Amino acid sequence: MNATVTIRVVLPAPLRTMVGLDREVDVTVEGEVTQRTVLDVLERDHPALLGTIRGRADGRRRAFIRFFACEEDLSHEDPDSPLPEAVVAGREPYIVLGAMAGG
Amino acid sequence: MSGTRVLVGTRKGAFILTSDEAREEWTVDGPHFPGAEIYHLKGSPLDPDRIYVSQSSGWFGQVIHRSDDGGATWATKDNDFTYDGVPGEHQWYDGTLRPWEFTRVWHLEPSVHDADTVYAGVEDAALFKSTDGGESWSELSGLRRHDTGPQWQPGAGGMCLHTILEHPTDPQRLYVAISAAGAFRTDDGGETWLPINKGLRSGEIPDEDSEVGHCVHHLDLHPSNPDVLYMQKHWDVMRSKDAGDSWQEVSGNLPSDFGFVIAVHAHEPETIYVVPIESDIHHVPPEGRLRVYRSRTGGEEWEALTEGLPQENCYVNVLRDAMAVDHHDSCGVYVGTTGGQVYASHDSGDSWTAIVRDLPTVLSVEVQTLS
Repeated sequence: MNATVTIRVVLPAPLRTMVGLDREVDVTVEGEVTQRTVLDVLERDHPALLGTIRGRADGRRRAFIRFFACEEDLSHEDPDSPLPEAVVAGREPYIVLGAMAGG
Repeated sequence: MSGTRVLVGTRKGAFILTSDEAREEWTVDGPHFPGAEIYHLKGSPLDPDRIYVSQSSGWFGQVIHRSDDGGATWATKDNDFTYDGVPGEHQWYDGTLRPWEFTRVWHLEPSVHDADTVYAGVEDAALFKSTDGGESWSELSGLRRHDTGPQWQPGAGGMCLHTILEHPTDPQRLYVAISAAGAFRTDDGGETWLPINKGLRSGEIPDEDSEVGHCVHHLDLHPSNPDVLYMQKHWDVMRSKDAGDSWQEVSGNLPSDFGFVIAVHAHEPETIYVVPIESDIHHVPPEGRLRVYRSRTGGEEWEALTEGLPQENCYVNVLRDAMAVDHHDSCGVYVGTTGGQVYASHDSGDSWTAIVRDLPTVLSVEVQTLS
C-alpha cells in the first residue's frame, strides 16, 4: 500500500478567488510526489482549476505560470521528477505563481 | 413594468447595468470577475436569469462561468474546448501553414430553441456546442473540416469565430462568421457547412470571387425575415435576401463603410444600425464625431444619429460585439466603446445618453428585455 502525504500548495490570488480557497490548500497525494501528481490531485479536487494552470489539450504548463519550491524555479523541471523532501515533509509549500508580465 | 438588463464585457471584468422600461435611471453592478478579460457574456432568451460568461486571460486561460440568478452568483463550467480529432492546419499571416490552436472563446450564443443549448465561437476558428448548459462541450467539426479550412487565415485580431446566428424557427439552420474566412451556413444542425460569400468583394485578395478569405466583421438578422442577412464587412456594408447565397453592397451614403458592428431594430426588419469607423488603420470615428448611422430601408440610404453622442474630439472605437438592441415597445439601442462608455438610446436611436462612463475598454454589449 502506497503512503499518502499532504502537500501544501500555494495558488495565485485570481485562482484562489475563483475556486474559493485560502492562500494555501492541502493536497493529499498517494505514492510518488511529483509536480504532475500534485497538480493531478489538485485538479481532481477542484475541477474549476482544469485548464488554468496546465493546458487542457496538452497538459503542459501555461506560458505565464511558474512553479516554485524551496526558492527554486521548477517550471522547466521534468514534471515527473520527485519534489524536494522539504515539500514532501510539509515544511515548505509548492508554489504556483502567475508570472509577472504586462510591460 | 418590465425591466432592462445590459451585460457589458470589458478588458477588466464584467458589468451589469439595470433599469426599468423607461431606461432613464441605471444601476451599475460590478466588476464581476475583476481584472479578467471578458470577451462576451450573454443571457438565455428562454431563461433570462441564466447568463453565460467567457473569461479569458493570458495567465490562466479560458474560463466559462454561468449564473442562474441573473448575475447575483456564478459557477464555473466546462472549459475543455479540445478540437475534434487531429486539428489540421490553416494559413498563417506569412502564407505558411500553422496548426489549429485554441486560444479563447470570443462569443457565446444561448439557443432560442432550447434553454440548455449554447454555442461557443472560438479562436482558432471553430464552433462548439453544449446541450447541458455548459457542463460539457463538443465541437461541430464539420465547419473546421470544410474543404476550404486550410485556406482560412487570421484577421488582425486572430482567426476568430465571432458571430453565431440561429434561424428563429429552424434549429438545423445556423449562420456563423469568421475573420478572415467569411460567412458560413449550415442547414443540418452543423454537420455540413456552405461558405456564403458570393458577392463579397475584398480588393486586397487576388481572387475577388474567392469562396473564402473575406474579413466579415459581424452579421445580424431579424427573426421575422430570417432569409435577409445584414453584414458589416472589413470594408462594405452588405445585405443578402437569400440566406447568404448572394450579397449586395448597401453602403450607400455612409461616411465610411469600414466598421465592426451591425444590428437590426427589434420591431422593424429593415431598420439597421452601423457605426462607421474612419479606416482600417485608424480605427476611430470619422472627423472625431461618434455617429451611429440608421437606415430604414435595409441599407443604401443612411441618416446620422448624433444627439447625445460626442461630436468633437472623439477617438474611440466600437468593437464587433459591442452593439445590441432591446425589445421594449420603443426599441432601445446600446453601443459600448473602447473608451469605456456605454451609450443608450430608448427611442430607436433618435437621442442618446451615456448610461455609464469610464469603464475599461468595452468588448461586448448585450441587452435583455425582462418581463
